[in-house]
Amino acid sequence: MVAFNLPVNSRVGLGQTFKAPAGAKNVREFKIYRWNPDDGQNPRTDTYQIDLDACGPMVLDALIKIKNEVDPTLTFRRSCREGICGSCAMNIDGGNTLACLKPIEECSGAVKISPLPHMPVVKDLVPDLSQVYAQYRSVEPWLQADSPAPPDGERLQSKEERAKIDGLWECILCFCCSTSCPSYWWNGDRYLGPAVLLQAYRWIADTRDEATGARLDALEDPFKLYRCHTIMNCTDSCPKGLNPAKAIAEIKKLIVERVA
Amino acid sequence: MRDVRDALMVARNTDGKLVRRPLSPHLQVHRWPVSMALSILHRASGCALGVGTLLMTWWLVAAAQSEEAFARAQWFMGSILGKLLLFGWTVALMFHLCSGIRHLWMDSGRGFEKADYERSAWVVVGATAVLSVGTWIVALVFG
Repeated sequence: MVAFNLPVNSRVGLGQTFKAPAGAKNVREFKIYRWNPDDGQNPRTDTYQIDLDACGPMVLDALIKIKNEVDPTLTFRRSCREGICGSCAMNIDGGNTLACLKPIEECSGAVKISPLPHMPVVKDLVPDLSQVYAQYRSVEPWLQADSPAPPDGERLQSKEERAKIDGLWECILCFCCSTSCPSYWWNGDRYLGPAVLLQAYRWIADTRDEATGARLDALEDPFKLYRCHTIMNCTDSCPKGLNPAKAIAEIKKLIVERVA
Repeated sequence: MRDVRDALMVARNTDGKLVRRPLSPHLQVHRWPVSMALSILHRASGCALGVGTLLMTWWLVAAAQSEEAFARAQWFMGSILGKLLLFGWTVALMFHLCSGIRHLWMDSGRGFEKADYERSAWVVVGATAVLSVGTWIVALVFG
């Protein structure tokens, strides 16, 4: 459903300001989305003044500093802090990205941080990802083949065959792309979204997989695949530099080619 | 049809009480890359063209009806408001045309690199301006 405004219970109010310690010279404001399921209130924006001279370079460093030193109630996901786990995906300075890969330097003015857009909020910066995970499950993201594997080893590929999944296998499922897509915002109940479609193409493009026909059948649907209108926010936002829109275009081309 | 995502908008808090979860901000916080602006304008210009076609229909119907009716329509089209509407219709038409060609090109699987789709977006903006103004210069000089 297209709804440009947020529901009444989701409108964001003003919150508290946490001042920088006296004597701090290099102060930057972080305006962070907060919502607590236990206080019965609407979400709010809290402002934290952070001394960058005593903080690491990335946005995640600032979040960890706030949680450790200023406000332990701040809730967010993080794990590897080097762009491989995909946990700290959030909207920073208007774009979806990984907090651990986003230098504070790159943000203009106060650093505005909110959860991945158009998602149910569990708490603060933590969105509920059940829907995207269920959609990921629906494309059966594993190798399917009728012919048995060689008894004495793995299913081998040439270098050229292996190169076909470059730019696809690197996806870490952070869902920055899906949650940046207006089409996914409005139709995410039925449109699979760029992350899941890139994963679907990862198995279609894999020469060891033999279920290509069934995979294309499953995707040939006005909503699952064809809600992509090449808005390109997915490719713009991917923190790994991948191109989900291109993967979706390749799926569309394969469907056309097999009919022709 | 109800949105299945509604089921995820409800959760239990620490006391086990049911609470409605908020929906995280989307249009309110997300920036507008040129490609996204173009996509939304493509829809908006499509709607505007539908309305503009009503104006054209009125004009044609008036021409078929009577001399007075046609004179009335001509008077309105020639007024400042009428000219403004017609100019808006021209811009919407040219934009929708150029953006449609860009979509066609991308549907063939081309222009998916960031530098390419941003350049093609600005080409659409430029071509719309040139074609719209050009049409009106031609119309005003030879009209």
